[in-house]
Amino acid sequence: MQVKVFVTPRKGILDPQGRTVEHALASLGFAGVSDVKIGRYITLNIEAKTPEEARASASKMCEQLLANPNIEDFRFEIEGAA
Amino acid sequence: MKWGVIRFPGSLDDLDAMYGLRDVMGQDVTALWHKDESLRGAECVVLPGGFSYGDHLRCGAIARFSPIMKSVAKFAADGGLVIGICNGFQILTEAHLLPGALTRNRTLSFICERVHLRVENAKTPFTCTMREGDVLALPIKHGEGCYVAPDKEILQMEERGQVILRYVDAMGEATDAANPNGSMRSIAGVANERFNVFGLMPHPEHAVEAALFGADGRKIFESIIAFQSVPEHRGQLRAGQPMPPSGGLVR
Repeated sequence: MQVKVFVTPRKGILDPQGRTVEHALASLGFAGVSDVKIGRYITLNIEAKTPEEARASASKMCEQLLANPNIEDFRFEIEGAA
Repeated sequence: MKWGVIRFPGSLDDLDAMYGLRDVMGQDVTALWHKDESLRGAECVVLPGGFSYGDHLRCGAIARFSPIMKSVAKFAADGGLVIGICNGFQILTEAHLLPGALTRNRTLSFICERVHLRVENAKTPFTCTMREGDVLALPIKHGEGCYVAPDKEILQMEERGQVILRYVDAMGEATDAANPNGSMRSIAGVANERFNVFGLMPHPEHAVEAALFGADGRKIFESIIAFQSVPEHRGQLRAGQPMPPSGGLVR
């Protein structure tokens, strides 16, 4: 099964990259753009018998390594689940 | 005193740390390879600066899994002294040996300059030869040095005295202009609750000789030596007792 993991800066944590891109978008003339956040997108294949098993495993991976809970939030999607 | 300096793939400042401690300060220093598990009898373990594992994923996130880090965690749990400088600080936060995290500088640029730091707590093994309010001049060189932690946790750390160093101006004031990377509350260095693990972004090992960036970095290493020379202090840390407010430390 394929897991798609989305890691984003936690709310309230300064995201200087997001802010810089927001300013750049404004200078291109895109008005009304706010809350630009830049994160990380990770895909991985996982051997699991059930989507639940894959989900449990992916959740642990995110908590222990893929995201840093001090500064980042994560969510993931499982694909290819029969 | 016996020191161990860990070398991770991508460590850069291990040689400067060894030079400062051994050649300048006459200490007994051993290089520790990240794949080894033995700390070779070190009384203080140094995690040096650099770019361990190319900063992949997040700074320090991979080095935390090096075999030697298990021994470092055990050593710290037994009250052993650990100091992480720059990337070493990042590794210690990723290994959950220190609270918080280091993120991109607010300027998004790599900063290499000399900064002023105020000693906020002088009753720790890392600052015990200094006084609260002392201002040190040390170099910084990092791209990810912005210290962040949940608000609640930071307040608790402040109350417990875990904030050890803060970025200040030459007059000792923690102004926004003197905060090089956007760290919350201008935090430059923190200790764990037990005060035996210390992490800081500035580089004391690059400032051990008057001719090169000044010698203020020595004060941190001299504090560790002074602390370690008193057996009761070591017993205190081993027993997991936090430093009493009076310190009872070498002055």
